[in-house]
Order: sequence, then C-alpha cells, then structure tokens
Amino acid sequence: MSAKEKGEKIAGLKVTPDKFLPHRYAGASGDFNPIHIDKEFAQMVGLPSTILHGLYVMGLVAKAATEEAGGDPRALKRLSVQFRGMSMPETEIEVSGEVIEADGADVTFDLIAAQGENQVIRNATADVTYS
Amino acid sequence: MALKTDAVGKSWPAYEYEVGREKIREYAQVIGLDNPVHFDAEAARAAGYRGIVAPPMFVVVYAAGAMGPVLFDPDVEMNFAAMVHGGQEFEWGEPVISGDLITTTTTCRDIYPKDGKGFYVFETESKNQNGDLVCKATWTNIVRGIEE
Repeated sequence: MSAKEKGEKIAGLKVTPDKFLPHRYAGASGDFNPIHIDKEFAQMVGLPSTILHGLYVMGLVAKAATEEAGGDPRALKRLSVQFRGMSMPETEIEVSGEVIEADGADVTFDLIAAQGENQVIRNATADVTYS
Repeated sequence: MALKTDAVGKSWPAYEYEVGREKIREYAQVIGLDNPVHFDAEAARAAGYRGIVAPPMFVVVYAAGAMGPVLFDPDVEMNFAAMVHGGQEFEWGEPVISGDLITTTTTCRDIYPKDGKGFYVFETESKNQNGDLVCKATWTNIVRGIEE
C-alpha cells in the first residue's frame, strides 16, 4: 500500500500574484532582470508587459508538491521542470498534478503550472517522501 | 554567430553564501509558504531542525551568486538578449538552516546546438560548512538564433 496510488490527482493550488509580486520576488531572490520589474523595458524587448520570474512559478510547484506530501520541507527530494511559456502578474496560476509512480512513502508527481490554457511549466516531475 | 563551446568542462571558483534568518523569512513569505518552520526557531526545533529552515527552493538565493559570473565569462560568451531559462533540476540533501555557510561550485556540463538554438547546461553543487551536500542543480539556458 502506497501513500498515494498511481493516477491519483494531487490537491494542487491556485494563486493570483499581485502587480508588485515580481518586485518582491526580485528582492527576495536577487534576480532584478528588468523584464520582470520594468514595464517599458519589457515592452521594448517585445513582451506584452512585465512577466513573472520562471523560478517563482517553480517555487509554487515546489510548494504544491511539498504540501501534498505533508508539508515538511524535507519531503521534497527532487524537482525538475521545463519552462515553456511566460506568465503574467494579476492572472491566476493553477498548479495541478498526478501521481506517476508510487512505492510506499516514496511518490513521484507529474505537475503543470498554467494560466488558463497557457502552460507555463510542464513536464515537471517531483520526487517526494510522505511523512 | 557560431556556437562557442570552449567552456565545456570548465569549473569556476567556489561561491560562499551565509544563510540569514530574515532572508529565509522574506523568501518563504513571497512564495506564500506558511509552515512555521520557516519563520519560528522553536517550531523548527520542535520539527527536528537545528533552527529556522530554508524552503528547498531557497537554493535560488544561495546558488545564484555562483551562476552570475559564469554567464558573463568570455569563454561562455552567451547572447543575453536572446536567452531564455529552458529548464531546471534540483536534487536536495541536508536541509539548509539559518546560520549555515553554503559553498557552491559551478561546472559547465555541455554547450550544444539544436534546432537553431544553443543549449547551455551548467551544474552547481552546494555544500554546507560540514561538507554535507545540500543541493545539486542543473541549469539549462537556451539562446535563440545561432548558426549550426
């Protein structure tokens, strides 16, 4: 019997980052690339407006995987993602996923982070150990 | 511009980062984590940690300083204007605790062309003051518009 069975969905999460989230993430992470915090610069390089940091969205994927496995930060053993789209502040992000492997307390999820139809992160795999 | 691959196999000097409590709190807050082990030392100790524990993804904070100089290295010669972050993998070991001194080394694993794009693959290895591995990471950057 495993903590979770193959094919089961995980709880996932939904969050709408506010307009200034990229500024706070820039401060917290040290990544001040102007495409995330300067609308004029972002538009000059062809973006619709400022975009979220990919690693912020990966942080949300890590949060969803960790919370699913009981919430202790030691639960998350490995996380790998591919960045496939850009994401915007003030739009809801949904992280969803399902179990692709399960062996007792050790479980692997396949996860997606999306804004509507736009899959920002896909083919994310997380190895967790349930506590 | 043809893809320059001189940096493949190159390693860079270690980068040291001392983990501070307020920095952990700041990061945890912006991601929306509410587990008290990231904010409160007593709660962290009750959960079996030496002190306030960093979320796993805090690696972006302590390892970023190791990746920065690498991207500007003339041997790498990356075209930033056309660069996107393609993929990322982290594998975690010992938890990172407030007060830890984390040392990160970077190696260029591969640079290769594919479908008119340049793929740059770097690996970082971060250890704490006791020599325990805390995180091994693979960073993949993609640069558009190269000649093959």
